[in-house]
Amino acid sequence: MSQNLKGKTAFIVAFLVVFCYGIVGIPHGLGPAALKQALADRIKLGLDLKGGTHLVLQVHVQDAVVSATDRDVERLQDDLQKAAITGVTVGKLDPAHPETITVKGVPAAKVSDARTLMEGSDYVNYDLSSNPDGSMKLTMKPGVIRDIDTHTMTQTQEVINDRINTLGVAETTVQQYGLGDNEILVELPGISDPGQVEDAIESTSKLAVYAVVSGPYDDDQAAQTALNGVVPPDDMLVHGNATPTSVDQVFLLKRASEVEGTDFRDAQPSTDVNGRPNLTFTLTTAAGDRFFKYTSEHSKDSPDPGSMAIVLGGKVKEVASINSAIRDRGEIEGSFSKDEVDNLSLMLRTGALPASMDPVETLTVGPSLGAASIRQGVTAAIAGMLAVMAFMLFYYRAAGINADLALVLNLVILLGFMGFFGATLTLPGIAGVILTIGMGVDSNVLIFERIREELRAGKTAAAAVQQGFGHAWITIVDTHVTTIVAALILMFLGTGPVKGFAVTLTFGLLANLFTAVFVSRTIFDAILARKDRGAALSI
Amino acid sequence: MELFRDAKVDWLGKKWYFLGFSLIFSVAGVLSMLFWHHLPLSVDFKGGTEVRVPFDAPPNEDHIRAALAQAGIHDAQIQRISTVMGQMGNDEMISLPASSATDQNHDAGRLAVENALHENYHDSSFGQPSVQIVGPTAGRQLQKQAAWATFFSLMGMLAYLWFRFELIYGVAAVVAVFHDTLITVGAFSLTNQEISLTVIAAILTLIGYSMNDTIVVFDRIRENLALSRREGLADVVNRSINQTLTRTVISSGLTFLTVMSLFLFGGPVLRGFSFALVVGILIGTYSSIAVAAPMLVAYQDWRKSRGKVATLPAKRARV
Repeated sequence: MSQNLKGKTAFIVAFLVVFCYGIVGIPHGLGPAALKQALADRIKLGLDLKGGTHLVLQVHVQDAVVSATDRDVERLQDDLQKAAITGVTVGKLDPAHPETITVKGVPAAKVSDARTLMEGSDYVNYDLSSNPDGSMKLTMKPGVIRDIDTHTMTQTQEVINDRINTLGVAETTVQQYGLGDNEILVELPGISDPGQVEDAIESTSKLAVYAVVSGPYDDDQAAQTALNGVVPPDDMLVHGNATPTSVDQVFLLKRASEVEGTDFRDAQPSTDVNGRPNLTFTLTTAAGDRFFKYTSEHSKDSPDPGSMAIVLGGKVKEVASINSAIRDRGEIEGSFSKDEVDNLSLMLRTGALPASMDPVETLTVGPSLGAASIRQGVTAAIAGMLAVMAFMLFYYRAAGINADLALVLNLVILLGFMGFFGATLTLPGIAGVILTIGMGVDSNVLIFERIREELRAGKTAAAAVQQGFGHAWITIVDTHVTTIVAALILMFLGTGPVKGFAVTLTFGLLANLFTAVFVSRTIFDAILARKDRGAALSI
Repeated sequence: MELFRDAKVDWLGKKWYFLGFSLIFSVAGVLSMLFWHHLPLSVDFKGGTEVRVPFDAPPNEDHIRAALAQAGIHDAQIQRISTVMGQMGNDEMISLPASSATDQNHDAGRLAVENALHENYHDSSFGQPSVQIVGPTAGRQLQKQAAWATFFSLMGMLAYLWFRFELIYGVAAVVAVFHDTLITVGAFSLTNQEISLTVIAAILTLIGYSMNDTIVVFDRIRENLALSRREGLADVVNRSINQTLTRTVISSGLTFLTVMSLFLFGGPVLRGFSFALVVGILIGTYSSIAVAAPMLVAYQDWRKSRGKVATLPAKRARV
């Protein structure tokens, strides 16, 4: 018996140490400041305690389908012309069904040619069918639409992630959210101005390339002087730094952009023939045609050489010269460093959001509110715990110490679980901890009352303890399982703060199962081992 | 010290008083939900904008209202927020209805309020506001989710109780829990407090807690039934309740104590949550004795009157 007891005690102590590690890791010192720091490092605080912004964005994935079919409409028009099939109108007639392209007016003689074209490899994403009125219809395959949707969501998530990183916040979250379809969740601890966040995200879509008319000027004053005070109506003055290291400069750019952000299909850093860093990019077909016209008119060797400015979010980011006419594949050269080229290609790649987004849910917690919540939650927890511990000592005498020890151990295990699993502590989570205190004592009360009953019935202390635990165990299991069922459902269906509550409640109940039965029993056994056979139990 | 050493109360005899008490509160709640305050939902569920502004000096609500009206905002609700123990802090909660946060212009309400205060309110400056904006689609989705969560919880527990006891125990417990939820939600309606997502979490917890309590009584009934096959069910039930009375009072009392501490010290964000638990724990304890137990006996009496089996055997407990 005593051997068993030593083993059990050792096990409990080891358990305690392991969970203490879960709470504070290995602290740098043992003073209160060091411990507090260790605690703060291990236990993750939710936004409602730390302060920050929680934003849910609805991505309109149909936009990507619309763009894809738009491009294919243009391509089909080109292809039909090349195949000398004229007089045809190609278009999307139904805005509610962007995945359908209707082809009308194909002359009877050319129908089979058109059919061959539209069943060919260029249009493998579509199913060809006929309308009752004789026109032909290309419908995008559902599998392809699903792929576009998934790809759009992934790409949007990446773009948002990149842009959020420019805010320089640690521990951000950007993930696909669960509550509805095609939603992305953005969480930024420490930033409580949702406007700032939305600006950062939306600035990505305003990327364009403009023709440079003149510049750079040192400032607005200099620009005005050079232009004799008149800015031509077709042009605009834009600020920016042509290189990341230069100061603010002013450029005169053509108002109409040459290339929009959405026209870029890809942009990759590379090196030119001399080994200097440059950038290769790919445009869409339609944009390529427009760009060809512009670049052939203004390339280095033409009578009217020019350069182009890449403008992001209303500011000039880069200026590059045009070496030769470019259609849809080209290179941008300038005196770039490797870093600048990497950044620029990233900007161009991610500069276009494939679909538009709307926020559907915003929650910000200012830092003062977060700190106040922590204070209030912890005060309530301590007050509750002291009240319970005092009562147990008063009502159950020495056995009350048993219960109080189990309660403290409960909290250690609960917080340790949180530390190990990296679970987030939210304000309802603190409430969950407080609830665990109350419900944890329930198990102890069940056991103690049973022991008292057995003692009253005349059993010896040892037998009473054994009977008490034996009978109460069944009830404890039943009660804990039902509450855990509710908590698990909350965990799966809940989000954010509610999930935090469910997590702490579940961990607390599991910890309780361990302490109320195993630890409590061991302590009782230890007490009994010291007493004489017939001595009374203080309970 | 012993609370109820040898309680010998005839609980089942008092069932008509219990029924009356329950009926009064349930009906009052339902009437309030239908005709008076209806179901006060918070911004998570009904959509809208809530801006919590921490003013540096005690704010003047009339001036705030005037400042907002000047900017064209007329449908705002302005409420002072109390902090610990009912003390009034300097924070004001400005709520705009669901129309302020459409799917197209999510931020409109918040920007309008912040600009209005910056421009028109001159009594004092204020710190960074905390904001909650829920668009209409998000609100609807959340309502659906909360309803499913509650439904699945109840079904899960019913299944578990059916497995551990018998179906009638499960049904009696679910009826008791339903009674508790109805009265708690009714209390929210009667006191015009908002039901938010955290309140739903509290309600699910009190469902678990009420089940907890009911199971303790049922466990004792099952044990006593196994021991004495000749006693009538009513007597066994009464005895079981009396035997567990001390545990019930102490346990509920202590949990109530911790929840009260949350209600008093936990701050305004958790107020709805703790209110639900304060009411819920009291009613949950009451329902195990006043609703679940009498239902068992009533069911058996009904079966007897139909000429079926007399006693209510319970599965032998196995763990």
